[in-house]
Amino acid sequence: MSAKASKQNKKMEIRLAGSGGQGIILATIILAEAAIEAGKYTAQSQSYGPEARGGMCKAEVLIDEEPIGYTKVENPTFLMALTQQSLEKYAKTVDKDCVILVDSSLTVPDYLDPNQVTKAPILETAIKGVGKAFTANIVAVAAINALLGLVEYKDLKTAVLSHVPKGTEEINEKALKLGAEIIKNNK
Amino acid sequence: MGKTVLMQGNEACVEGAIAAGMRFYAGYPITPSTEIAENSAVRLPQVGGKFIQMEDEISSMAAVIGASAAGVKAMTASSGPGFSLKQENLGYACIAEIPCVIVDVQRSGPSTGLPTSPSQADVMQSRWGTHGDHPMIVISPSSVRETYDLAIRCFNLAEKYRTPVIFLMDEIVGHLREGIEIPDPKSLEIINRPVRRYAKQNGLPYHVEEGKFVPEMLPFGQGQRYHITGLAHNESGFPTNDNKEAGKLFRRLLDKIEKNRDDIVQVEQAMCEDADTVVVCFGGTARAAITAVKQAREKGIKAGMFRPITIWPFPEKELEELSKKVKRIVVAEHNDGQILLEVQRVVKDNCEVDFIGRIDGSVMTPREILTKIEGAK
Repeated sequence: MSAKASKQNKKMEIRLAGSGGQGIILATIILAEAAIEAGKYTAQSQSYGPEARGGMCKAEVLIDEEPIGYTKVENPTFLMALTQQSLEKYAKTVDKDCVILVDSSLTVPDYLDPNQVTKAPILETAIKGVGKAFTANIVAVAAINALLGLVEYKDLKTAVLSHVPKGTEEINEKALKLGAEIIKNNK
Repeated sequence: MGKTVLMQGNEACVEGAIAAGMRFYAGYPITPSTEIAENSAVRLPQVGGKFIQMEDEISSMAAVIGASAAGVKAMTASSGPGFSLKQENLGYACIAEIPCVIVDVQRSGPSTGLPTSPSQADVMQSRWGTHGDHPMIVISPSSVRETYDLAIRCFNLAEKYRTPVIFLMDEIVGHLREGIEIPDPKSLEIINRPVRRYAKQNGLPYHVEEGKFVPEMLPFGQGQRYHITGLAHNESGFPTNDNKEAGKLFRRLLDKIEKNRDDIVQVEQAMCEDADTVVVCFGGTARAAITAVKQAREKGIKAGMFRPITIWPFPEKELEELSKKVKRIVVAEHNDGQILLEVQRVVKDNCEVDFIGRIDGSVMTPREILTKIEGAK
């Protein structure tokens, strides 16, 4: 986790990758809104195929203390992958300083430095811990924030609650709580 | 200024349009412009406006013209395939002088191409997509905030000059989310079309006063009958085959934009004062370009950026002046060289012109532009 400390006041280039329907894009929107709540500059974007579900999906968010020029990730400081396919595609493009979070179900490629990779049971926590598979992105958002120390919990919670449907506040708060815990338990 | 909110480019387009007075939207949703239709459908009823999802893009354009003729500020949005379909009625709006805003959020490739990928390859289509000599104002934003501001400007110019204005966005900006502060509505300059009562114009709805270029408009359905046609017409609004009358109309249509180009043309020049190498780019590409220019400056290279905000009329005068001061121009765009053609036409031998383009649906990086800037000194 030494990479994390040295990057704290620099531009964060965050890339999340997974499968369409996992809520990857919403996860980056929530991170971007939390960053605005925290008074930072941010740019969020995504790329995906024409299919609504199942295709590879990549979403990005930049967080900086200064206004942002180029709006895409150029040198990721953080990568999260929720599917094996997306991990293998995007792990090739990162350098040694990039912090990587992967779902526990994935096999980490040999060429990655084990010290830069954190494995956490994101999908399992959503299914078994929260009891709703669709909360995986909220579990992930909390895990990312716990890992990177991006914003205060209250800013994250505000951002999450502004996006979830009425009646799901409780399970999403649970997802946030458990998402942060799976990182703490890892340390 | 209010609170900073996270907003998508397409959403900012709608918010800006509503602030400008848009109260009618007709469209047929298409990626990557869909959020413009979605947000218009939500927002227009809230402000007393109307949203119609039409059966296709041809009818969408027709509905927008009809609404505007009736006095309501109207907009439609599409992407390449739908923009192609709008061209026929776009020409009708030009000759009948119906103010309206057409948004094209460009995507990649000909036909249905790469639906979700960025591109900037509709530059020439935005100018010449509809047939015949016609005036055209085309404006392109490079950030979410600018999308808001320029959507207002599109409506203002459409109203002022009674002409369709094309808001040429790209997927990079349309699907980008950034924090923006929505300005206080009272601080905005909103232009409304010149309106005149029928009786005052000797019964001539297309009468233009001496020294002016734009006939004052009579909103349809407000008690005065007159004729609107796509045929060449005289001041009565009725068709004419008279060469003199037709020539006078066509000349005026072109002149109303050409003679007012100083009011219409906007450019951004960043770090150009002492620059040796200047990147010429527009829209979303500017974000990579400005980053590359700053990186070049850090390396001691005198680089700058010239960005047409108004794409058409092309900022010839501004670019020609600049080309006499710099050694080299690098044109960067997400197509195979469309703005490049204009740059070469304007710059001639004043300086070297180099090019970096992109046609595979991916986004150009600052590193690639920097390499090009460094390429020759």
